[in-house]
Amino acid sequence: MQAIGPNPFLFIGAVLFVCGVVCMTTKRNGIGVLMGVELVLNGANLNFITFSRFTPLGLDGQVFSLFVIVLAAAEAAVALAIALNFYNNHLTIDVDRGDDLHG
Amino acid sequence: MDSLGNTLANLLTIAWLLPLFGFVVQILFALKWWGRKSKTGAYLAIFCIGAGFVCSSTAFYKWDTQAGHLVFKEAKPAATAEVAAPESEPTAEASDEHHHKKSSGKQTVFSGTFYQLAQFGDLKISLDYYIDSLTLAMFVMVTLIATCIHIFATGYMSEELVEDYVDHQVHTHDGGHFHRPGRFYRFFSYLSLFCFAMLGLVIAGNIFQVFIFWELVGICSYLLIGFYIERHSASTAANKAFIVNRVGDFGFIIGLMILWTSFGTFNFADQHAADHSVKPGLFSMVTRDDHGEFAKTSGGKDVVLTTQQDGHGAWQAPPESSPRKTIAYTLLIVAGLGVFGGCVGKSAQFPLQTWLPDAMEGPTPVSALVHSATMVAAGVYLAGRFYPMFTPEVLLTIAYVGCITAFVAATIAIVATDIKKVLAYSTISQLGYMMLGLGVGGWAAGLFHLITHAFFKSLMFLCSGSVIAGCHHEQEMPKMGGLLRKMPITALTMLVGVIAIAGLAIPGVYLKFWWYIPYLSINSDHGYVLSFSGFHSKDAILATALGYTKLNPLHFLLFLIPLLTAGITSFYMFRLWFYTFLGKPRDQHLHDHVHESPWVMTAPLLVLAFFAAFCALGGEHGNLFQTLSHSEPSHVEHGFDGSQSHTVSLPDSHSLHVKPAEGGASTHDVAGRSALLAAFIGMVISYLIYAKRVVNPDDIKRQAASVHAFLANKWGFDDLYDVMFVKPAHVVAKFAAAIDKFVFDEILHTFVRMGIAVSKWDRKFDEGVIDGIVNLMGNSTHSLALSLRNVQTGKIRQYVTFIAVSVVTLFVLLFALYPKG
Repeated sequence: MQAIGPNPFLFIGAVLFVCGVVCMTTKRNGIGVLMGVELVLNGANLNFITFSRFTPLGLDGQVFSLFVIVLAAAEAAVALAIALNFYNNHLTIDVDRGDDLHG
Repeated sequence: MDSLGNTLANLLTIAWLLPLFGFVVQILFALKWWGRKSKTGAYLAIFCIGAGFVCSSTAFYKWDTQAGHLVFKEAKPAATAEVAAPESEPTAEASDEHHHKKSSGKQTVFSGTFYQLAQFGDLKISLDYYIDSLTLAMFVMVTLIATCIHIFATGYMSEELVEDYVDHQVHTHDGGHFHRPGRFYRFFSYLSLFCFAMLGLVIAGNIFQVFIFWELVGICSYLLIGFYIERHSASTAANKAFIVNRVGDFGFIIGLMILWTSFGTFNFADQHAADHSVKPGLFSMVTRDDHGEFAKTSGGKDVVLTTQQDGHGAWQAPPESSPRKTIAYTLLIVAGLGVFGGCVGKSAQFPLQTWLPDAMEGPTPVSALVHSATMVAAGVYLAGRFYPMFTPEVLLTIAYVGCITAFVAATIAIVATDIKKVLAYSTISQLGYMMLGLGVGGWAAGLFHLITHAFFKSLMFLCSGSVIAGCHHEQEMPKMGGLLRKMPITALTMLVGVIAIAGLAIPGVYLKFWWYIPYLSINSDHGYVLSFSGFHSKDAILATALGYTKLNPLHFLLFLIPLLTAGITSFYMFRLWFYTFLGKPRDQHLHDHVHESPWVMTAPLLVLAFFAAFCALGGEHGNLFQTLSHSEPSHVEHGFDGSQSHTVSLPDSHSLHVKPAEGGASTHDVAGRSALLAAFIGMVISYLIYAKRVVNPDDIKRQAASVHAFLANKWGFDDLYDVMFVKPAHVVAKFAAAIDKFVFDEILHTFVRMGIAVSKWDRKFDEGVIDGIVNLMGNSTHSLALSLRNVQTGKIRQYVTFIAVSVVTLFVLLFALYPKG
């Protein structure tokens, strides 16, 4: 089996990242934005793991990914709570309506 | 004898300080403790001065029995003219350091220091005492009269015992009368302060202390004249009295400066230091020789001060080889004139006499106490006390000033119609008499008249107060008349005073029962005489004046004018009495409401009448005169022969009584008879005009309208001073005001305008530059912030886009710019 290099992994990671960013910038739904965030995080995770696999770093990347996942879960919990509060106040979760602090 | 001195000093100090205590208590607590309606403060004042009188008279008695000449014991009908020498001449040695006694010739003086206030180099300012028979006589006189007047005033001032006093002589703008709280307690506190000041003046042992109390009595006089301060006339009179007195005090201060510069001490008496050295006082430094001449330098222009004691304790000039103090003779004259200037102001002598009649604006008890009996006599007292320092030239000035004063004031009194004004002018006239007496060498005669005058003048003032109170504050004599029946006690006591001041006497009357009271049965030069006090004292002055004119024929006016004045005095005093008490009532309405005063007012009248009649009993051989002459400066007695030194001569007091060998009357008899004749003529004319109405006084007034107008205008002195001093002062004041207004104010205004211009420019700078910079910074920050705020859109997707784009851009830049390798 021909060993595949890191580039395909990095490419997928980049695609994930770009998808996440596009999702964050285009979605007006707050939950959609959260999903974009997850995509970005996972793209990053993939990069950690790729560099960990193809460099003599041991399991550092994997461990970092685990931390990121845990943080992402916590972040999701907080963000969902914010979304709920936001909904309570604005009866919507359209992020464009959340511009009360605009300059 | 030292114990006597200590006793006297203690008694007189108590008498002196008690009124101060009374004053302090009254001024601080009377209102709080007793209120306005209480007489307690007045009783305290009466107690203080009454206790003072007891102390003073005790001291006087002690002095008289122990140090005096003991007239009590040797009173005989045929007492010779020779003054009895002190039976027990006190020794000159003083054992006590703080208390010393001088005894040169007849004098017995106790002196010492209460308290030293300050020391400037050699000059010590201290509270001293100087007690001789003059001090004692003054103490008794002042305290006795003051006690009587205090008691009288409790009745006279009782209208003030209210919370709301209506002053009917002050009109407010709305046509009503002025209302104010009653000031009974304040009146008595002022009286107490005055008594303290007056007694302090008398007991003072140095000339500076005299000056302090001199000013203090001036203040009291100001406060009491201006007692009804809301009345314009009263406040003006108070100011006038104070300012005119300042003129005299200016001379006083000049005198003090000369004294200190030349003599180096203010003390009257010698001072004994702890080391038994003796520092001569003022009087010791001008000791005369047997001929009454000062010790002089060989040139004769300077007087050498006698600062050295010989073996017997007599002061003499140091020998020419040793250092000695001298004073130019002219400077000594100027010093004497300066101090006499103070006396002129205080005793209302010509030309400063104008304040005293105006001072009658004060309540009548004040006129009696301050402006007739005691304070105005302080000038005469000081002239007497300071006598050893006066050169014959100064004495001549004193005599002429007194002579002019006596005559001018007496003539004005003829036309005065206000009962108090008549008495005021008579006071000035009598003060002139005293000065004249001192000036012609009659030291004891002048001060004798001071004491007798104090009694009968305070009596007459209190009588006039009684009349004024009875007539409901009517003071014009033309509205009175016929008051004898309505006010018998006042009228009769007044008559005693009038006879006393006129100097009337009935020669040849001799009351046999007087034999049994040894003190009363005393012969005089005129044989037996029934007379009151004024006769004797005026007699003594005129006799000395006649003796003086015999020695100095050039100054014959010094006898003739006082003689004429004696007649005028008798005339106007009887005019006053006839006008007020005899004849028909001229104002029936007023007359119907007149009533005799209550006993608190008449009792003092009776007491004073007794003393006015009998205090000088025995004349110049009586107790009072002999006591006074005990303190006569030693050079006075033997006269002074000035024919060598081209100055005036002073008569020898003994020679006055000696009948000439070729027969005829002695000088004293001639003077006495002339005075008596003048007084009788005055009385008879007065009786014919005002009681018998032989001539209508109004006709006389019309006939001599210009003379009357001249006299009623007080010889024009007020107008003259108005033109000479008041108007120029106003002109100068206006000029000064104009300078102030147009020069100094302008300068100030220019400064202010410059200040304003500078501040205006400063304000522009502040607003334009300083504020501009601050505002610019603020504004730019603000606008920057405004532009930056647009970035903060609040659009979350936009932020994300920015972040993404930025990251990509960063990376692109990183890869593009990071050096490869």
